[in-house]
Amino acid sequence: MTGYLLRHVQVLLSSVGQLVRNPVATLMTVGVIGITLALPGGLYVLVENVERLTAGWDRHAQVSVFLTKSATAKNLQDISATLRKRPDIASATPITAAEALMEFQAHAGFGTALDALAENPLPHTIAVVPGPGIGSAEGLRQLVAELQALPEVDDAQLDVEWVQRLHLLLRLARRGVWLLAGLFSIAVLLIVSNTVRLAVSNRRDEIEIIRLIGGTDPFIRRPFLYAGFLQGVVGGAIAWILIAGSLSLITSLVSELAVLYGGGSGLTGLRAAEALALMAVGGGLGWLASRWAVARHLTEIDPQ
Amino acid sequence: MSERSTEMIRFSQVTKRYPSGYDALRGISFVMEREEMAFLVGHSGAGKSTLLKLITLVERASHGQVIVNEQNLGRLGKRRIPYHRRAVGVVFQDHKLLNDRTVFDNVALPLVVAGVGYREIGRRVRAALDKVGLLGKEQVLPITLSGGEQQRVGIARAVANRPPLLLADEPTGNLDQELSDEIMDLFHQFNQYGVTVLIATHERRHIERLQKRVLTLHEGRLVHNGNGGDS
Repeated sequence: MTGYLLRHVQVLLSSVGQLVRNPVATLMTVGVIGITLALPGGLYVLVENVERLTAGWDRHAQVSVFLTKSATAKNLQDISATLRKRPDIASATPITAAEALMEFQAHAGFGTALDALAENPLPHTIAVVPGPGIGSAEGLRQLVAELQALPEVDDAQLDVEWVQRLHLLLRLARRGVWLLAGLFSIAVLLIVSNTVRLAVSNRRDEIEIIRLIGGTDPFIRRPFLYAGFLQGVVGGAIAWILIAGSLSLITSLVSELAVLYGGGSGLTGLRAAEALALMAVGGGLGWLASRWAVARHLTEIDPQ
Repeated sequence: MSERSTEMIRFSQVTKRYPSGYDALRGISFVMEREEMAFLVGHSGAGKSTLLKLITLVERASHGQVIVNEQNLGRLGKRRIPYHRRAVGVVFQDHKLLNDRTVFDNVALPLVVAGVGYREIGRRVRAALDKVGLLGKEQVLPITLSGGEQQRVGIARAVANRPPLLLADEPTGNLDQELSDEIMDLFHQFNQYGVTVLIATHERRHIERLQKRVLTLHEGRLVHNGNGGDS
């Protein structure tokens, strides 16, 4: 058993040696693998971050409940009080038509234009903040429908439809990441198998001799599998470095943006486990591609 | 201990037909006993190399039966082929050495392949190199050696794993007479240590010198099987 392990370690070391002895070719392969893995990996990190940064946003969602023109200030206070008691509502702030008008004048600069109107065109409004119990967009929509159905209520509008759209987009992006990851994994397979194909034909004589003196196919395969695996792992590490580097370039910009939107601060890169997973995926793909390429070429030089 | 057959090689009505329809061997039958030494002669294209390839399973017989070392090769699965080859040492006309590795590593290759322990490899490689008279050249690259020396490295590699059967395909093809005789004497020596030796050659001189059995092939048929004389 120790002899078996020792032989594997020897093959591993000689594979490292082979790769180091051809630094240009190795760097090119490893670099291409790195960039290829960095693209879906980077997109994954991006989606994760946007998701995290916007996670709180639909909790800031606000529903504006507009009362009918005939509703009185008393109606406004009563409805607000009733709404406040509901468990799915965090707060319900009454805004009288007069307050709304003042705010509108102060903010919108329509001061004089509004003065020209004989009466206040704005209805009484209640600013409703949904409770934390409502997690889903579906729950929010249902709340809005219930509010719309209340007596003396003209309309209720959810102010965060864009957040929902964002989340939908994020879900789309998440699926895109996996699709991209699949495609780019195939690209890595092709790159590595092409490299291995070259390596196999460069060492064709050696393979033939080893076969003639009784080398088994696993024995012949082993150095190629190790080489593919190692290149994949190093490619994965390069992808990690690329992602981390790109993140550090944009991190200050993003935190500024995050502050503007009142979200969480800063970006998170790949966690250690995710970085290891990236390298494992690289190694696995390299191994698989080598196995595939070597198997194909070994059958090519098989005896009839 | 079970009783071992005294036969090392048995060909029964062996035909090798290539996909092109060309018959390289036709209805070959012969037996080689253990510890025997024999020459395989014939013009180029007579089927000598094909016959050797059938023994090492580089090719498979189209018809008939090949039994080597009590193993029916027709029934030997693809996965068992490497283990069969470890029991057959082969010397090639073009040496088939790895020129980017030292003499030591070349000779060690069949042992590495067979999973022999590190220390044992060193011992056996030196023993094999000693037998062919190249003990001082362990760390040299094969291309720096003369043709005769390279062939000795090839022989050392073929015997390093101590196979009971040694095959050689025109082992003296590119050598002058003196070196050629030396190489043949080496094979003769291994035969005297108990190794079964089958050598394909077109040089009649060796046959007359060593007086061993001769198998003569002509256009794929075995036309003579007996002691070195007429063919």
